[in-house]
Amino acid sequence: MTAAMDPTDVDTAHFGRFGGRYVPEALTGALNELDAAAREALDDPAFQARMDALRRDYGGRPTTLTLAEGLTEEGGGARIYLKREDLAHTGSHKLSNVLGQGLLAERMGKRRLIAETGAGQHGVATATIAAKLGMECVVYMGAEDCRRQHLNVVRMQLMGAEVVPVESGTRTLKDAINEAMRDWVTSVEESHYLIGSVVGPDPFPRVVRDFVKVIGEETRAQVLERHGRLPDAVTACVGGGSNALGIFHAFIDDPEVELLGVEAGGEGLDTERHSATLTAGSEGILHGARSWVLQDEWGQVRPTPSVSAGLDYPGVGPEHAWLRDTGRATYTAATDAEALEGFSLLARREGILPALETAHAVVPTLRRARELGPEGIVVMNLSGRGDKDVDEITEVLRATGQRVPGMESPA
Amino acid sequence: MSAAGARVAPATGQVARAVRAANAQGRAALVVYLPAGYPDMATSQACLEAAADAGADLLEVGFPYSDPLMDGPTIQAACQVALDQGYTPRDDLAMCADLTQRTAVPALVMTYYNLVWHYGGVDRLDHFAADAAAAGLTGAILPDLPAAEGQPWARAAAAHGLDTVFLAAPASREQALDAIAQVTTGFVYATSTMGVTGARTALGADAQPLVERLRARTDKPVCVGLGVSNRAQAAEVAGFADGVIVGSAVVRAAGEGGAPAVAELVADLAAGCREGHAAR
Ligand SMILES: Cc1ncc(COP(=O)(O)O)c(C=O)c1O
Repeated sequence: MTAAMDPTDVDTAHFGRFGGRYVPEALTGALNELDAAAREALDDPAFQARMDALRRDYGGRPTTLTLAEGLTEEGGGARIYLKREDLAHTGSHKLSNVLGQGLLAERMGKRRLIAETGAGQHGVATATIAAKLGMECVVYMGAEDCRRQHLNVVRMQLMGAEVVPVESGTRTLKDAINEAMRDWVTSVEESHYLIGSVVGPDPFPRVVRDFVKVIGEETRAQVLERHGRLPDAVTACVGGGSNALGIFHAFIDDPEVELLGVEAGGEGLDTERHSATLTAGSEGILHGARSWVLQDEWGQVRPTPSVSAGLDYPGVGPEHAWLRDTGRATYTAATDAEALEGFSLLARREGILPALETAHAVVPTLRRARELGPEGIVVMNLSGRGDKDVDEITEVLRATGQRVPGMESPA
Repeated sequence: MSAAGARVAPATGQVARAVRAANAQGRAALVVYLPAGYPDMATSQACLEAAADAGADLLEVGFPYSDPLMDGPTIQAACQVALDQGYTPRDDLAMCADLTQRTAVPALVMTYYNLVWHYGGVDRLDHFAADAAAAGLTGAILPDLPAAEGQPWARAAAAHGLDTVFLAAPASREQALDAIAQVTTGFVYATSTMGVTGARTALGADAQPLVERLRARTDKPVCVGLGVSNRAQAAEVAGFADGVIVGSAVVRAAGEGGAPAVAELVADLAAGCREGHAAR
């Protein structure tokens, strides 16, 4: 099928057989408008200049690249670098996406931002940009996630956003996306749906990618500057896939750079309690795009428990499905226990409290570094900071009685 | 799919005929939606039969899906009740097979594309179309499948004699309406407002212009849905559309009073469909 859904001849709506636009017809008008606006904006030097200035002066870009000596030692192999998205404003990679989409909304004359959020990070980022640009903001958040990430709910409210707890379905991220889309269908005239990852119907996966790919562009230049060559491997955790695609994208045409995505293995891939879509799911259609989905044999979408709300998503961006299909990127999973171990390693050896999402990437990164040996260079995307997760971690340790070096299981 | 290259599908199937038969009798066709398995499978079948007996011209049987993007709170909650009982599309089809034996009113399945796309493994679309046809269903409505992505399903449906229904919205471009009009074989589902399913007190003024835009390019039936909940609204829509689609209001009746409540509401809506058409 070669459905070109925009007036141009090139099919930019699909990544191979993935992607596309499987949404109620009522949304196609808004998607067309967004598509046209994004194309124009990215070609407009004035838009780029405004975005670059805000990224730099407000967002804290470029983020630094830190040589992780402690982790390198733990791995016993390749040199490990951390791309420090935790140092961007709001503490994660998400600011680049919301800044770009916020400016797009402004360009389209829309003054109301709708967002979904899982961990709360994207909601916080959206609330931030709404405040900065003087826009109204409504954030849909699964009721279960509101409980797990209460601090982020307060953060959003402090910045003037309305947080709507979602009680439908599994009361997590996927249901928040459904609810946000329903809001959008009824309010497209004045609202922009500021989606939080490289997911959703065309053109969202492409638009979001174009705003987050700055992560990889910076990384590429930073590694080249220090080593005069490209890294051997680039790693990132994968929920919807935005931080991973953000750091991968600039390297896609460099076949010598291995791209490794790490999904949430939850309690293990042999259980049903995980969110490892590309590692253990199947093809399907969710949230407007054909990609990989965690679903039962009938196509009913499965609950996706993971220790981190931000990876707790049963789909994945269609471009990742395509990267996997073509063999350009590989995907693996880390369990909850491995994520806690990664968290502890980063905390004790690097003095960085990572987001639990990010922490999933650590153990597979160390493994790869070991395999590559001391001549190698690996960059891991440190997608976000973990202050938000301290309560959750305390609770998990209490509930499981798990022992993590340096962390006392509280009585 | 390029509009120029698409085969223009004829509207000669049972679904279009049912709408035209109602129109020939001086009324707009009444299309009634109810989900399979709500509040349980037997009651849902009883409610569908009651709707048929009370004057529905077409039945839409919802196959509950975990992520019903197009649906408002009433239908979401009803479908969740069905899912929580563990019903699968196979159970829903089994109910339809019995339903279509017991009523002459044509029934269509209304569900989301992922369930159809997943059905029965390899030749999934074809497999679903075959089993739906075997269950006596006459067509399918897949609200998250736009015409631009709809060719594979349209082919599978045609191969098994099922009618297709595609949705049009007030914001649809002319080019999209062309594609919708071409690929539809049953009726065009014109969504009255920009929104999801759910009873509304006021219907958008957008529906009538949309119907007129569709009529300018096709003589296939155009039915209007989203938000119709009572006799007066049915009459209003019947004043300009070939058919009136009612979902949430009937689902609520099914939940509150079962088949008798459904019968009462459907009879009232059917009266509205006559009044509105007569007033043209
Ligand atoms: C810090 C952090 N990393 C990663 C993710 C996962 O999202 P994505 O895969 O789109 O980067 C989240 C989501 O909330 C997050 O907060």
